[in-house]
Amino acid sequence: MAETGALPIERVSIVVSRGSLEGVYPGLIMANGARMEGIEASLFFTFFGLEAVIKKRMNNLKVATVGNPAMHMPTLLGALPGMSAFATSMMKKEMEKIDIPPVGEFITMIHDAGCEIYGCKATVDMFHLKPEDFCAEVDGVITVGEFYEKSAGGQIIFT
Amino acid sequence: MATMTIAGKELALDADGNLANRNDWTEEIAREIAAQEGIAELTAQHWAVIHYMRQVFEKDGDAPSIRRLTKESGVDTKTLYQLFPKGPAKRAAKIAGLPKPKGCI
Repeated sequence: MAETGALPIERVSIVVSRGSLEGVYPGLIMANGARMEGIEASLFFTFFGLEAVIKKRMNNLKVATVGNPAMHMPTLLGALPGMSAFATSMMKKEMEKIDIPPVGEFITMIHDAGCEIYGCKATVDMFHLKPEDFCAEVDGVITVGEFYEKSAGGQIIFT
Repeated sequence: MATMTIAGKELALDADGNLANRNDWTEEIAREIAAQEGIAELTAQHWAVIHYMRQVFEKDGDAPSIRRLTKESGVDTKTLYQLFPKGPAKRAAKIAGLPKPKGCI
């Protein structure tokens, strides 16, 4: 805090690169938290992270139950049908309890809070996505170069 | 403990510079803290947020999340950030004479 003499953070650009539920939320919580503290924030969704701003997908993201040792679940068990859906529903319930909104509502809340939201051009080209695939909160599809320009003077956080 | 003279009274502050005792709070004190925070005038919407936050704190012992605040106080997210531009939860809590909110959302 102020006693350390370090300058407070004034701007952050948060990159969301993963498309699982647990891959998307940390970036959203950090962006929202930044705005709550009066810190300027922008979100940049790239690769599978783009799922969080695709209208048809954003509210159906799933928890990955395979390949995640912290799930404390054997890989073969995690691969059973319905396991990911079960873990997802458990996590959503717990999140609702502490007032973390579903992805769609959270994106609207963060955008209304003044956070800019961008999609990655390379990913959009690679997956042949169209502007109408995205939710209304997306302010634009930009290149990596433009992302760095927009991040000038701020901290970049990759998730 | 730090103290500060607000609205002619010597009041105790906590480590974050918020009022240490929420019962010291008055609307006159709120106006003075708001002015220090760069909010020249408290409008009806500011008061709606401030009174709602105090009401939730009395009941739950913590300030509401932004989500709950916007759903229940009648002030939407965009407006909330316009009312308290430098960070709504923390600023509104300070003006409301409450400690810094503990939640992340």
